Amino acid sequence: MSTSKIKKFGLACLAVGAVIGIIFWGGFNWSMELTNNEEFCTSCHEMKDNVYQEYKTTIHYSNRSGVRATCPDCHVPKEWIHKVIRKIQASNELYHKVMGTIDTREKFEAHRLELAKHVWKTMKETDSRECRNCHKYDYMDYPSQGRRAIQQHTKGFDEGKTCIDCHKGIAHELPDMYEEDPSAVLLKH
Amino acid sequence: MKMQAMLKMVLLGAVLVAATQALASHVQSLRGDTDLTDEATAPEVQYYNKDGQPIDRNYVQQPPLIPHKIDGYRITIKHNKCLSCHSWKNYKSKNATKISQTHFESRDGFVLANVSARRYFCTQCHVPQTNAKPLVENEFKPVEVLRH
Repeated sequence: MSTSKIKKFGLACLAVGAVIGIIFWGGFNWSMELTNNEEFCTSCHEMKDNVYQEYKTTIHYSNRSGVRATCPDCHVPKEWIHKVIRKIQASNELYHKVMGTIDTREKFEAHRLELAKHVWKTMKETDSRECRNCHKYDYMDYPSQGRRAIQQHTKGFDEGKTCIDCHKGIAHELPDMYEEDPSAVLLKH
Repeated sequence: MKMQAMLKMVLLGAVLVAATQALASHVQSLRGDTDLTDEATAPEVQYYNKDGQPIDRNYVQQPPLIPHKIDGYRITIKHNKCLSCHSWKNYKSKNATKISQTHFESRDGFVLANVSARRYFCTQCHVPQTNAKPLVENEFKPVEVLRH
């Protein structure tokens, strides 16, 4: 083979590689986005009948300005690397879907505290990263907040608290909070 | 005799029907004069007052009013959003008013270790305020000892 032929072959390989690369990479991202929307999340009855119904009554679903935060906005990181890690972790959810771990309301309620704790822990570790995709401390206009919000926000941020420390149960029903704060739960016998 | 009794019944019935109809034309249901088949005009939306300072009581045993919005606050057997600030454990750090000691008493007068179930559902007695105008004129004044 002459050098010009090798060059031509190399170029052809590059071109084909690029096209295949685009198809695969595009396809990968496309399928990842396909699993990253409300329709997909609520295609399982575990999500649709429990957490989704609860979320529909909250401010993140319907509010005065008509901005909606859907499931992945809060539960899937925006940054690519964190997103891929979360998607890999989601394979565990597939396992529990097959095993039917939470396939009835009763089973779901029995696991609610454990499930909530997972989310609280992650949120705490990431300094509530998914909240901060929209709500940034620095962007807050304190005087336009309520009296209590000004007090609690300035105090909380000074103490190094993160959103989830106070804002639990804002989009879904809370589990039994006895472990978290026995003073705010109906008396246990 | 039988005929007379029947006539009386019929007359009584007619009077009753006439009376109810006469009354009905004066009684207004909550939806106003609008026919059932028509769409009634929605009442004006009322807004909760913005967060403010505690509101003075108007009479001695009045449950204190809620001087802030409570939209989305849930009170269930698993968690009470109000108590996450107003419980004895949390009131200091949240800079809130603490619930009174009476809330720890059972109906038999025993003092319990936590809020009594009969005092757990805050909004049965404590209510937030809106800017709604009184429906009827009201000249109520608080008792002398509570006036400022």
